[in-house]
Amino acid sequence: MANEYELNDVEVWDGNFAASQALRQAQVDVVAAYPITPSTPIVEGYGGYVANGYVDGEFVMVESEHAAMSGCIGASAAGGRVATATSSQGFALMAEVLYQASGMRLPIVLTVVNRALASPLNVRGDHSDMYLGRDSGWIQIDAFNAQEAYDLPLCAFKIGEHLDVRLPVMVHQDGFTTSHKAQNVYPMKDQIAYNFIGKFVPVDEMLDFTRPVTHGAQTEEDWHYEHKAKQHKALMDSRTVIDDVFAKFKELTGREYKRVETYMMEDAEVALVLLGSSVETAVLAAKQLRDEEGIKVGIVAPRCLRPFPYDLIRDALDTTSLKAVCCLDKSAPGGAMGALFNEVSAAAYTTKARPLMSNYIYGLGGRDFAVDEAKRIMKEQVAHANAGHITTDIQQFSGLRGPKLGFFQTRRG
Amino acid sequence: MVEIRWHSRAGQGAVTGAKGLGSVVATTGKQVQAYALYGSAKRGAAMNAYNRIDDEPIVNQETKMFPDYVFVIDPALAFTDDITKNDKPDTQYIITTHLSKDELIAKIPALQDKAERTYVVDCMQISLDTIGRAMPNTPVLGAFMKVSKLYELDFFLDNMKKVLSKFPQKIIDANMEAITRAYNEVK
Repeated sequence: MANEYELNDVEVWDGNFAASQALRQAQVDVVAAYPITPSTPIVEGYGGYVANGYVDGEFVMVESEHAAMSGCIGASAAGGRVATATSSQGFALMAEVLYQASGMRLPIVLTVVNRALASPLNVRGDHSDMYLGRDSGWIQIDAFNAQEAYDLPLCAFKIGEHLDVRLPVMVHQDGFTTSHKAQNVYPMKDQIAYNFIGKFVPVDEMLDFTRPVTHGAQTEEDWHYEHKAKQHKALMDSRTVIDDVFAKFKELTGREYKRVETYMMEDAEVALVLLGSSVETAVLAAKQLRDEEGIKVGIVAPRCLRPFPYDLIRDALDTTSLKAVCCLDKSAPGGAMGALFNEVSAAAYTTKARPLMSNYIYGLGGRDFAVDEAKRIMKEQVAHANAGHITTDIQQFSGLRGPKLGFFQTRRG
Repeated sequence: MVEIRWHSRAGQGAVTGAKGLGSVVATTGKQVQAYALYGSAKRGAAMNAYNRIDDEPIVNQETKMFPDYVFVIDPALAFTDDITKNDKPDTQYIITTHLSKDELIAKIPALQDKAERTYVVDCMQISLDTIGRAMPNTPVLGAFMKVSKLYELDFFLDNMKKVLSKFPQKIIDANMEAITRAYNEVK
């Protein structure tokens, strides 16, 4: 039995330490990892807990992130609770194996500390790696601060391991902004946290020699399509389980999570939709703008990137007061509109009011997202709303030096 | 909201100092942030660390701040860093130097209209005398307690002992002495 870790009611932890504590309290059996900045301290922390007897598990050192996720798949298929961490290039190298994990329906938890993708080489935070995981068949949950970087991995085990789900789950946090920023964190006692998740229940575990099974078999045109459709349905259906786990977590801790977080949307005339730590800065900016200038701004933040909360995004945007919405993407769009813009716009198109939708790219490679800049973007939405059409290019760039960059103009209005 | 910007070199313990300050402050029911801007900086590179302290949960995740206090814990950075960046009319400066306050201000044009809110303390010499190596991060917190009157010295020392509890007793004692000396010597 593992030693109990002494915790204060309030700790000052950064997001990495918070996530590593969650892996410890979940009593993860196996972590196979190849550490990479800025997520290194998560698996380093787990390794330390194993060495010091705070977790009864095994740290497997491997030669690459591809091998790390492969090791996780093996350990998970064998019947253990498994987790690891990565970022950026490591995530990219893991990409091939991510699809294996989800296709084999293995409830691995991957804590991703979001970081830009090279080239140019950059260790700081943006959402390029998080976006790279969009189609991998994993559930993706996003933490906006250190407290959430502790809470959400605990929820992630419970969601992914649920017998109606059995899917791997990524929990994202922003590189440096969250991973290396210490803030007040209110942890649970070890036993309470562990009991919330519960004992790991293996399904078709390979170490059950009385019942031999095959994982990751080959299927061609005969069955592949049915498997992928079933996997997609499992992801879509996981929405109710996620809601239920969040509700149970609130009962236990008082901390409430939703698949889509909304702030001040009841009477909002303009709104920003964004992800990650910038959500908090945007909420602060919205409150200030309401106080200072009476501008009714709301914020919509998908907590759950996958399964994409089409239902709740639409609910959030389907109000009579809302006139203009800006979606902010913190990932290089690579010759398209921002992915968040595309997905949110698709949901908004089915609302009665169909607000004006525009797109900003921002924060690439860790470029600071300022309260004043958030306010400027909010005021620009007011100008769109007043004009009845988008008065700027539909896609613009926030905080970019050099000549103004923008693409496409509206044909409405 | 109290905001602090540290000017340091990687390896001088600014991140540890900022987190230590945050840990002490959090025990009093306040909300804190402690973070740094360093990325892949190597030992000796100029870097910044930051603290925010407030009664309410802190949701501002912007890196830039208009600091209430600026700590300069490497003597040379007072000359080479833009230490008065985002200055407010009441920003207070605590600068590590072997110079007297008048000598230092005479050499730094940006401080010449800020004499009444500039404080000097030789955290380098203090840490060499007490801890045995140049580690200016904890002494500056002693000076900060004196200048800000945030907490009584004894209260701060008691809580800082808990933050440093994983270190050997000798190191803890040396840090307590360093904090106390800086508290008494800051001018």
